[in-house]
Amino acid sequence: MTVRTGCADTPLLRERGQREVFCGLTSIIWLHRKMQDAFFLVVGSRTCAHLLQSAAGVMIFAEPRFGTAILEETDLAGLADAQDELDREVAKLLSRRTDIRQLFLVGSCPSEVIKLDLEKAAERLSRQFAPRVRVINFSGSGIETTFTQGEDACLAAIVPTLPETDRRQLLLAGALPDVVQDQMLALLDGLGIGPVTVLPAARADDPVSVGPNTVFALVQPFLGDTLAALERRGARHLPALFPFGEEGTTEWLRAIAEEFGVSEERFERVTEVPRARARKAVAQAAATLRDKSVFFFPDSQLEIPLARFLTRECGMDALEVGAPYVHRRIVGPDMAMMAPGPVFSEGQDVDLQLDRARAARPDLTVCGLGLANPLEAEGLTTKWAIELVFTPVHFYEQAGDLAGLFSRPLRRRAALKVGETA
Amino acid sequence: MKLAVWTYEGPPHVGAMRVATAMKGLHYVLHAPQGDTYADLLFTMIERRNHRPPVTYTTFQAQDLGADTANLFKRAAQEAYDRFQPQAIIVGASCTAELIQDDPGGMAETMGLPIPVIPLDLPSYQRKENFGADETFFQICRTLAKPCEKTARPTANLIGATALGFRHRDDITEIEALLSDMGIGVNVTAPYGATPRDIARLGAAHFNVLMYPETGESACRWMERDLGLPFTKTVPIGVGATRDFVSEIAGITGRDLVLDESRLRLPWYSSSVDSTYLTGKRVFLFGDGTHVAAAARIARDEMGFEVVGLGCYNREQARPIRALAKDYGVEALVTDDYLEVEQKIEELAPEMILGTQMERHIGKRLGIPCAVISAPVHVQDFPARYSPQMGIEGANVIFDTWVHPLVMGLEEHLLTMFREDFEFHDAAGASHHGGKADLRSLDDTRPGHEPGPLAVAGEALDNVRGATAATIEVLWLPCAEKELKKIPFFVRGKARRNTESFATQRGVQKISIDTLYEAKAHYAR
Repeated sequence: MTVRTGCADTPLLRERGQREVFCGLTSIIWLHRKMQDAFFLVVGSRTCAHLLQSAAGVMIFAEPRFGTAILEETDLAGLADAQDELDREVAKLLSRRTDIRQLFLVGSCPSEVIKLDLEKAAERLSRQFAPRVRVINFSGSGIETTFTQGEDACLAAIVPTLPETDRRQLLLAGALPDVVQDQMLALLDGLGIGPVTVLPAARADDPVSVGPNTVFALVQPFLGDTLAALERRGARHLPALFPFGEEGTTEWLRAIAEEFGVSEERFERVTEVPRARARKAVAQAAATLRDKSVFFFPDSQLEIPLARFLTRECGMDALEVGAPYVHRRIVGPDMAMMAPGPVFSEGQDVDLQLDRARAARPDLTVCGLGLANPLEAEGLTTKWAIELVFTPVHFYEQAGDLAGLFSRPLRRRAALKVGETA
Repeated sequence: MKLAVWTYEGPPHVGAMRVATAMKGLHYVLHAPQGDTYADLLFTMIERRNHRPPVTYTTFQAQDLGADTANLFKRAAQEAYDRFQPQAIIVGASCTAELIQDDPGGMAETMGLPIPVIPLDLPSYQRKENFGADETFFQICRTLAKPCEKTARPTANLIGATALGFRHRDDITEIEALLSDMGIGVNVTAPYGATPRDIARLGAAHFNVLMYPETGESACRWMERDLGLPFTKTVPIGVGATRDFVSEIAGITGRDLVLDESRLRLPWYSSSVDSTYLTGKRVFLFGDGTHVAAAARIARDEMGFEVVGLGCYNREQARPIRALAKDYGVEALVTDDYLEVEQKIEELAPEMILGTQMERHIGKRLGIPCAVISAPVHVQDFPARYSPQMGIEGANVIFDTWVHPLVMGLEEHLLTMFREDFEFHDAAGASHHGGKADLRSLDDTRPGHEPGPLAVAGEALDNVRGATAATIEVLWLPCAEKELKKIPFFVRGKARRNTESFATQRGVQKISIDTLYEAKAHYAR
């Protein structure tokens, strides 16, 4: 897949400055839905708690499986104290929530800056609550992680705890909505590929193991550390396009099918019908998108694979594709498929990037919620990026929905006849 | 350390953002790590603002933590000044920057910017959002407001309205109109819509209207002391409070003032016979101190409800709220832990909750109607339509808002009369709540037959208390259990508990219909 074509070698525009992005803590919002017996305890400040609440929006549950141990003045005074305080809060939490089997201690900016050793705390608490609960730590701090990187940090922290196996198996890394995951597993099953395990698993007891005969594919592009952690366990990475759209899904499946020696005939037989369905659905939704320009602000690292989908399958023209980080090893195949032209930027100086967007006047701007309404008020049509992380968008059956997410704002702008005043 | 799931208030720098975003021509340079920009979307999404909040974040990352953060701050401040050309800048640190001790105020002062630079000291690990807003506005006033000549005609400043304030936008309009009816002009409204230059001429007003003590009191106290501006103590939410507010202004200005009540409808609506069923409705109030105090008076004196409990989440208002609770013969709940609020509501089993976004969700879970009276609120409480809380129209809005979630009077009578009716059973809920219809099969009404899907809402409420019920070793005879189901669902949980403790106290192990009614007589109010 390292064919040097398309944008594979396009140099990145690297920028530093003010970043308008979420921190990794935000990942907890979807991770806790995925891992049904896990609790995510952020050790941080009121700001962290407020962020989770703002990001979780209306998802108020009777007993949500995440919370923040808010640092108080006394915790900042002496460090030994903070560990005792944490033990006490964890013991209280676990006695109230006997259903919890995995506890994640999630580091934040404040806890990192005061160098509160959560790794040590996790080890100590794991011993204390074994075998019922295992305690793992990872950092979701803004100083170290951007948005979806929180999932990467979480999964990378799980990998060293997985049991060792010698069996030849496929491991798939990345949290997907259940409906999408089921489709993915059904397709792989149809191709006769197995055994297949998925990281993260829904429950602590679900068997996920790793070893030198494990090959793995990523279903999300933001898993750089997880990739490295899996390689350290001897597993081998299968580079592929990301499964967005008909082409992305087919090429993702093909990379795995080739590894497992699936015949071309069988591959065609299994994928033919869903491919046709996906092409048809995309064509319908993409009519609005053809020849329109798109500009991506950095957010989730999904930007490059999505730009590949929009340019190749929906006929859009990418002006700038911004990503918080670009792992060429991971998104290289997607970049290689893209026709030269777009600027690829890594990192951000938001005011400069806004200047570029205003000058380019793209037909569609993909950006976060802090920028979306202000840009709409300036007359730019926007698609807010977070939805792309929360909505089922991967694989064949969602390909039409994915194109629809981008075409809807354009159709809406065309439909409204009242103008906007605010 | 304290475990928090949902918080009523954000950190204090969010309060400073609420002041900066409310104003024009002011910029906030915030020393903060990557990610703290999340707070922007509170303004662009919840309040639906059409511009970015005027905040520049330094966005430091892990690799900057060595020595670079101070330079990062200076660069950010310089770039913000160059790009936005504000009339004044406020500078401060978020919780993480507070820990790295860069002193944004000191650094900004050394830069020699040609505009006022106002340093903020907001202790993130002790105080919260409302304090942040109050303190920021106070510091802005202290730096910029100067004594100046009074306006020729009587004018007032409207103080305390901020961005992300619950109904602040429309309250301003309402109070402005109310003052204008009395021949009083508005000098400056601040922070909402004011520029730093406007702040400089606050002193030209004759007095201040302190609209929201949570976010404006420090500034008003300072202006009273240093600029000689008296300020109003009554917050004009509700009919009685609005009348008192007008008398207070009459006192301050020495003028004979009359409140134009021609558009006021709450008193008549509340007196009309259709409202009789509101009498003695048991309500629980929670929110910020100001709105809770105002709501308590309306609830008791203007709607005829019974206030069974009240409280606030902002510690700053703890004292007045405790005093108020005493007046109402209830115990004040001062907490920022929503689980404690939930527990209190379960205990009191009110018929209605007046609270915040959190209480709305608690109400939903417990099957208790709820109306929102205070921040924090979600996007639906930043409505497009005119909906003040203050003044004459505010009273009208409040009447509608509070009555709406209650089952309408006639409907309630029908529910009671035809309690066993196949279409009017409890679980069918109010008719305007679509999609809840759950018709019982006719078989269920056979005597002695345990009703099937009867009273889902009530059951949910009962189940919440399952834990307490389970520890009591008394048995409900089927007939008594069935009789219990006939009690309106919103008091059924309480009836169950009372009966059980009545039985326990008397060593009765099996609860019969008689036990149920004996307990009822025992606990009769």
